[in-house]
Amino acid sequence: MVSVQKVEAVKEALRVPFRMKLEFDYAMGAHAERFFHALRDHARILGVKCPACKRVYVPPRPVCGICFVETRDWGEVSDEGTLVGCTVVDLPFIDPMTGERRPVPYGFAIIRLDGADTAMYHFLEETDPKRMYVGQRVKAVFREQRTGSLQDILHFRAVQG
Amino acid sequence: MMGRVVIVGAVQTRYEPRKAHQAINELVYEVVAGLLKQTGVRMQEIDSMVTASQDAWDGKTISSMSVNEVVGAYLKSEAKVAADGIQALIYGAARILAGAFDYTLIVAHCKESEGQPDEITKVMFDPFCERPLGLNDAVAAGLQARRYISVAGIDSRALALVSQKNHRSAKRNPLAQRSGDYSLDEILAAPSFADPLTELMAGPRSDGACALLLASAEKAAAFGDRAVCIAGMGNSTDSYWTDRDLSEAEALRQAAQRAYTKAGISPDQVDVAEISARYAHEELLYGEALGLWKREELSALLAEKNPLRKRTKVNPSGGPITGNPTTVAGLARVAEGYLQLAQLAGDRQVPGAQVAVAHGASGVCGQSQSVVILRRGNA
Repeated sequence: MVSVQKVEAVKEALRVPFRMKLEFDYAMGAHAERFFHALRDHARILGVKCPACKRVYVPPRPVCGICFVETRDWGEVSDEGTLVGCTVVDLPFIDPMTGERRPVPYGFAIIRLDGADTAMYHFLEETDPKRMYVGQRVKAVFREQRTGSLQDILHFRAVQG
Repeated sequence: MMGRVVIVGAVQTRYEPRKAHQAINELVYEVVAGLLKQTGVRMQEIDSMVTASQDAWDGKTISSMSVNEVVGAYLKSEAKVAADGIQALIYGAARILAGAFDYTLIVAHCKESEGQPDEITKVMFDPFCERPLGLNDAVAAGLQARRYISVAGIDSRALALVSQKNHRSAKRNPLAQRSGDYSLDEILAAPSFADPLTELMAGPRSDGACALLLASAEKAAAFGDRAVCIAGMGNSTDSYWTDRDLSEAEALRQAAQRAYTKAGISPDQVDVAEISARYAHEELLYGEALGLWKREELSALLAEKNPLRKRTKVNPSGGPITGNPTTVAGLARVAEGYLQLAQLAGDRQVPGAQVAVAHGASGVCGQSQSVVILRRGNA
């Protein structure tokens, strides 16, 4: 190696840009397929029950993790439920399925549907934090054109309960 | 000598190009449920689980979260290894040797069909001096294959022979993704992805999962011949791929030596070797580092009617070249070794097998190497 007597101190910080392509094509699997078929074709929300503890899972899953028992009985749950948690989001995000930016603010909630023991997550029509509360009753608003995705539910709307 | 830890069951899925109707949790549940059925152990008896999965392949950070439920980890001690599943097995064995648990469940999964392998393996590489060149796992394998065959004084026909042997063996393995009687010309003329490697000299993109159950000495007796002793284990990490001779596998040599010493077994006692060779040249290089043959013998051993069959049967399952996803490949080698010694290997059974060596590797050109030695019986 040739010795260099004096290496100049570098003042400029260098960076290397790297664009990482993160594209996935997930198989939904048998349980989600059944759930989304019913949502798309009939605007119905399905759950599946643990035969041991009788918990109803929405969305459905193959195993009750608490009992370690295969879930079995399928049934429809209500499109109405209760807010377990809610917030108004001011951070914009790009919808991973449409590539479109969702306008802010938007209401977001944890919802336990009547007949379900687990909660699901979705948007709220309401965007004013003063007009939403834990315990509030809400109802799903389905899209006319459904494709078999979570977006088949447009959002949840407050109802009198 | 090691303390005692045994394998009491092993289940794999079929390996397939795309499991279109199975989500990851359903894939993993298939092997866990199969394992409980095979062993007769109830999930309530198992308090420890070590899973292997990789965030980049699952497209999900903390990738074990999506399988915790189906491996029975609710309120139990689960840990994840983001490397080949053979390292999960070694970690799990240590949990039992430490006296902390009677059983440990080991599970690895990967669905290579869901991501973009060439993109995902790009991010293994250094961002300043390597990524700008488009390097990925397949390109690195081509570089290593050429380096290896040049130094070993063999040609690409030798690689085709390895591929031919494995695809022929895989005909007896109902779980294998790809099998058949390929001619050497067919293998050599298959599309090239990085010279000298053709698509038939490399494992295809694959989906699958594998689960094993480890048990303590106290539990072993109840399983009779279905308990197979882990006689020795060894791990070793090499320098980064740019800093070593890619025609050597020094880390594997050392990992193997540690495992053989602990087991009190020498390579000439090995009946079955399951080697994690996704690319054909790796089987030759790794078999040498495992002490199964010397490099000078290679040409002669490849010319035999049963290539590479000195004493040890190498990859009776067909090995990863016939289809095993990353992360699962090494653990599947242990599963295959177990099935051989428990006499559960069906049509691919090596008669009278007493000692098996299973090998796994992670990282660019096998930077991290693991060896597990199995001995028939639980004594």
